[in-house]
Amino acid sequence: MGFDMLIDPAFLQSVPRFVTPILLAALGGAICDRSGVFNIALEGFILVGAFCAVLGSYFLGSAWWGALAGMLGSIGMGLLFAEFHLRRRGDAIVVSIALNLFAAGLTAYLLRAIFGVSGAFHDAGIVGFAGIDIPGLAAVPVLGPALSGQSILFYFALVATFALHFGFARHRLGLRLRAAGENPAGLIAAGVDPQRVRLYGLILCGALCGLAGAQLSIANVSLFVENMSAGRGWIAVVAVLLTGGRAIPVLLIATLFGFVDSFSFRVQGVGLPQQFTDMMPYLATLIVLIALSAWRKSRTA
Amino acid sequence: MDTAFMRRLGPWVAVLAWIFGILLVLMLVVHAHFGEALSGFFNSAFGGRNLAYLMATLSRTTLIVGMALSSMFSFRAGLFNIGGEGQLVAGGMVAALVGVYLPGWGPLVLVCGILAGMAAGAAWALLAGVMQSYLGVPLLIGSLLLNYPAAYIASYLVGHPFRDVASGLPQTFQVQAGTWLPFIPGTRLDVGIVAIIVVAVGAVIYANNTVAGYRARMNGLAPEFARASGLPVRPLLFQTLAISGAVAGLVGGLAVFGVSHRFTDGMLVEPLYAWTGIIAVLLVGMVPWAVPISGFFFAAVETGAAGMERTANVPQQVALIMQAVIILFVAGRISGASLVREAEDGDGL
Repeated sequence: MGFDMLIDPAFLQSVPRFVTPILLAALGGAICDRSGVFNIALEGFILVGAFCAVLGSYFLGSAWWGALAGMLGSIGMGLLFAEFHLRRRGDAIVVSIALNLFAAGLTAYLLRAIFGVSGAFHDAGIVGFAGIDIPGLAAVPVLGPALSGQSILFYFALVATFALHFGFARHRLGLRLRAAGENPAGLIAAGVDPQRVRLYGLILCGALCGLAGAQLSIANVSLFVENMSAGRGWIAVVAVLLTGGRAIPVLLIATLFGFVDSFSFRVQGVGLPQQFTDMMPYLATLIVLIALSAWRKSRTA
Repeated sequence: MDTAFMRRLGPWVAVLAWIFGILLVLMLVVHAHFGEALSGFFNSAFGGRNLAYLMATLSRTTLIVGMALSSMFSFRAGLFNIGGEGQLVAGGMVAALVGVYLPGWGPLVLVCGILAGMAAGAAWALLAGVMQSYLGVPLLIGSLLLNYPAAYIASYLVGHPFRDVASGLPQTFQVQAGTWLPFIPGTRLDVGIVAIIVVAVGAVIYANNTVAGYRARMNGLAPEFARASGLPVRPLLFQTLAISGAVAGLVGGLAVFGVSHRFTDGMLVEPLYAWTGIIAVLLVGMVPWAVPISGFFFAAVETGAAGMERTANVPQQVALIMQAVIILFVAGRISGASLVREAEDGDGL
């Protein structure tokens, strides 16, 4: 285990596969956060997205349909969040906890009901996304293997990051989303209903989390496992908390977390017990969270 | 019946209609036979030969109510500690190790094991408290993230150094037979439920009749007022989390000494005891005396669903879905103002 391992093409190739789901989900979370919706149900959003992606891919025979189904499923979660939080005035944390459990239950239930299996479903009929080789880039050392040959969802996530950055800065919906979070009364004065803006935010969040799920289930692998989001939604929540929902910092934090995630996967081969390597992403998240929180506290104190 | 009463009843009827409608759809999806499912549900939740299934429900109730009480201590004080799972695992793991490796007279080892489990649970909760109080990590997210290391460390301990290799499963050896919690005479239910009843009574007294309980509630309902009136907020935080964690650790100990007699990887995590406890306490709006009732209700939903799976082939995850749906519908009626503020302030985050 040494530095060689970090520039090993196979390792570099794997990093974006772990970055993508965290990044997409965190961008979705950022939209909610900026619009004043405290959405900690990202875990459930991703899980439903992953399940629906497999569903769409398996029954409609293409990864594109899978990604679309994942988006729709996760948007459904966003609508549920809107119904129970925005309309019925449920506490955001309570609604989030309930939706996370709902997602875990529903996906496991439908796995049994539709495919007749429990635990995991894999089948040759699940069509996954193939990597896209970018001519020229592939030959560049270090960057080449990392940035070329990834699934379309990775490139989309990068585009989405910058789109969100400019959206928040310039676009009307982006500005309204921020206003809904920072000064809803001002938004009302301008004749715009903040709740409606937040609803749009939740729909966008659902779409992004659906793609995050699709990356997990039909790009990284071609199967669905119960609970396959495995805490990534929570890591994305931390990324949102740490960055205040700003798009470019979200990209940086998600890259860091994704890097540790793939590193932990990588060092499974070198003799550490699997429990320790599995724990690494969560420990890294905790450490970054503690370090940044303590730093901020020392500055404000 | 006057009209005002009817008007208040209306929304609840609509909610019930929704809930049963969703249940109906879920059962239609799997082509379940309704009669069989219904009888399977009630038999498995409350029946069985010699009421064996009812005993299973009560045994589950013990653990769920314990975790609900653990969460309630924190929630009422305005502390959104959702790391009960980690505290439960820490308690169960340590209790099992004491039970397996401490030699001596059974009942004494049992007491040591339970106390050690409670200490471990409290320590794990305090870790989240220290992170919030001194480092500015919001309790909500800090306590949650600590669930993962707890689960993985326990999984490592039972998978490697303390594994009962001969059993073929990732689990510890059995705790010595002298430490097993006895059954209540004439039943198949261990006395762990008595311990939880004691905790429940204690929780009601704590909430209504003690200074600490009053201060905790003040901090939960009006944190600014609590701070302004000079309440020792930080000691209160630590005290509350220690109680919360100790109760979770107790539940872990009871699960080990009363039910499984060893620690098996995942045995406290996969049944979602901690999460069910959290939603059980949310269901009744954190009213102490009502928590055992909602805990029993959710336990019955779970064991009943297992029966529906056996008789009518309805996947038992239907229980989790319905629990979540119920919480979604009552969420609007749970006063969570203090909880939201907790999360948004989060000491500067």
